[in-house]
Amino acid sequence: MKKFTQKVLEKYHHDKTRLMDILIAIQKEFGYVGSDAVEQIAQELSMSEVDVEQTLSFYHFFSMQPTGMYSIYLNTSAVSNMMGRTQVAAAFEKATGIKFGQVTPDGRIGLFETSCIGMNDQEPAAIINNRIFTKLTSFRVKEIVRDIKEGKPVTEMYTAGFGDGANRDDAVQSVVSNNIRKIGPILDPNYKVGEAIKKIIAMTPEQVIAMVKNSGIRGRGGAGFPTGLKWEFCHNAEGDRKYIFCNADEGEPGTFKDRVILTELPRLLFEGMVVAGYAVGAREGILYLRYEYMYLEEYLEKILSAAREKHYLGKDIMGKTGFDFDIRIQFGAGAYVCGEESALIESAEGKRGEPRDRPPFPVEKGYLEKPTVVNNVETLCSVVKVILKGAEWYRSFGTAESTGTKLLSISGDCRNPGVYEVAWGFTVNDILEMVGTANPVQAVQVGGPSGSLIGPNEFNRILGYEDLATGGSLIIFDENRDLLTDVVLNFMDFFIEESCGSCSTCRILPSVLRAKLLKILNARGVAQDIDDMLAWSRFLKASRCGLGQTAANPIVSTIKNFRHLYEAKIQTRKAYDTGFDLSRAVQEACEVTGRIPNI
Amino acid sequence: MSKPIVATTSLAGCFGCHMSVLDIDERILELIDLVDFDKSPVNDIKKFSRTCDIGLIEGGCCNSENVHVLKDFREHCKILVSVGECAIMGGLPAMRNGIPLRECLEEAYLNGPTVQNNKLKLIPNDPEIPILLDKVYPCHEIVKMDYHLPGCPPRADLIWEALIALVTGGEMKLPYEVVKFD
Repeated sequence: MKKFTQKVLEKYHHDKTRLMDILIAIQKEFGYVGSDAVEQIAQELSMSEVDVEQTLSFYHFFSMQPTGMYSIYLNTSAVSNMMGRTQVAAAFEKATGIKFGQVTPDGRIGLFETSCIGMNDQEPAAIINNRIFTKLTSFRVKEIVRDIKEGKPVTEMYTAGFGDGANRDDAVQSVVSNNIRKIGPILDPNYKVGEAIKKIIAMTPEQVIAMVKNSGIRGRGGAGFPTGLKWEFCHNAEGDRKYIFCNADEGEPGTFKDRVILTELPRLLFEGMVVAGYAVGAREGILYLRYEYMYLEEYLEKILSAAREKHYLGKDIMGKTGFDFDIRIQFGAGAYVCGEESALIESAEGKRGEPRDRPPFPVEKGYLEKPTVVNNVETLCSVVKVILKGAEWYRSFGTAESTGTKLLSISGDCRNPGVYEVAWGFTVNDILEMVGTANPVQAVQVGGPSGSLIGPNEFNRILGYEDLATGGSLIIFDENRDLLTDVVLNFMDFFIEESCGSCSTCRILPSVLRAKLLKILNARGVAQDIDDMLAWSRFLKASRCGLGQTAANPIVSTIKNFRHLYEAKIQTRKAYDTGFDLSRAVQEACEVTGRIPNI
Repeated sequence: MSKPIVATTSLAGCFGCHMSVLDIDERILELIDLVDFDKSPVNDIKKFSRTCDIGLIEGGCCNSENVHVLKDFREHCKILVSVGECAIMGGLPAMRNGIPLRECLEEAYLNGPTVQNNKLKLIPNDPEIPILLDKVYPCHEIVKMDYHLPGCPPRADLIWEALIALVTGGEMKLPYEVVKFD
């Protein structure tokens, strides 16, 4: 490990802002980053060991203990559960003889759980040594574990053919499917790379920004900040260097559209980054890619190299003197909160992915303290189309406040889960009709766990920033699902797992709320508990970032829209019940002392 | 009109909060003009003789007896107040909550460095001894608590102000110094 670590440190020029890359390289090679390596890194980078461990311990896919020659990460998302994760998990435990969170005694297999890996349309899915395995069954698990025991490389463990489209590319070779169900202007395959660059180099940066502003396009990650305005702020900010980040940390459970863009249209995305770079005056672009999509690394690097050869990237792009721009890929290591732009920047600087205090905003002081634009994958792709076809054309899609189209990641109980590109302004009912549902729909989760769960009486609401804003995730639940257990509890577990722990509100309250929810599910709840949950949830608004502020949304929105589900489970005869059970509380002491409970 | 009746108890606490009650100094004379005491270590009355208006609870619940006493207080008192850190959060006794009960008992009676002559390897099991709970519980996890007075112990002034407010029905004075702890 020592020699390898030394080599990695040299590769990254002993730059401590590249700590993530250093740790990822070691983790990938050995399956863990041992304390020796930590000591070595700390020494060579002139950091304290604790600082290295801070970063190391923050991310889900880093480990200080060996995670096995084959590290299996099984997705725990709500849809994964709905599609039979429980049986698959049991099959893994049976076949390997270990529990989740453990490594086999011979060090061959490690079994772990992980939050949504962006495969909601093909669950249950798992990551094994950075390769994706989708649509798992108990039978398939037996085959996989058998192959592992025989020592087969993961790349040879696929039995079915590769997925559709570029998933078959030599550099991808993955069983993942794109499941593109509806194509619009963004997903249009008739796209010629370089046209937008050709067009902008004849314009001034100000003209490009004006055009983007005029198109009315807003951030596609979910928050909906006007893209042109963001670029203008960054353009006007003082700084000798500026940066363009593409946020491809798609961690919101239920979202997978960026994965499809990265697979099918990476050139479009990179061109969007070049356009952004030209507009704000940045020379460097960074694609912050979630660790779960590591299987796309080789493919994306290949495309970047090809783009450099064709002068879409590099020095004097397409012959325009002084227009230099290049892109590198920065991997995350498993942390939902890094989808928040300032946490993403912290992470890219090699630190814990904790959101920063704002102001200053990243457009003033972002990556390495320099003005930085962070845009979603889809936003950057949309911009290219705006450049090519004009702002007027773009505004012809959608509504007045929500222009253009939106890629929706639709999963759950529907006939055709996958990615749909639709103009803003359709109602939820329209969408349901489009995807096809077998059973009556009980609820739709709009915008992942931090969004809201709505019932049929709200299915006439429209998707758009003026009504139901969404980053694009729609999860459908039919009448057979138990919303509180299958959905709300799962989402609360997610928020508890993914809190960075910086604000006490977000560190504590989700756990407290989950305990209340469990109390109600265990039939010990009273009416007061429902009111308490609503009242206490308000304090989460004091959290620093969106994750904390929305961490109670699963509970708040279900109390609002499905209060009857809670009321059906509470005790009506009692006004107050703490849920305390004395006979259970003394059980352990009686066992230890050999006493008979005489309470 | 008869005076409001107050009861107090110390559960899994150190009696520090009761000491803090005594810390109101000469105001104790005012207090006995204002209220009557029922069950309380202050007057050594062991059993409730009537319904009380206010119950002050020091300490959380670490054993079955604590639970019974607390439930008895809930039954007999109109208003229950968690007084001090242990009643509110479990306090120092709750430090054992991170350690399995079996480990705690074995360390205390079998394996600890100060254990001598326990040849029979016995952990006290007399039926007279209250049974330990799996962990130390704050009072509000056992019964409904109406108010919480923070502090370790809460300052005498805070207890005094709270009692006066409860007895007279007035607003409680909460100056910054009283609720600021660091």
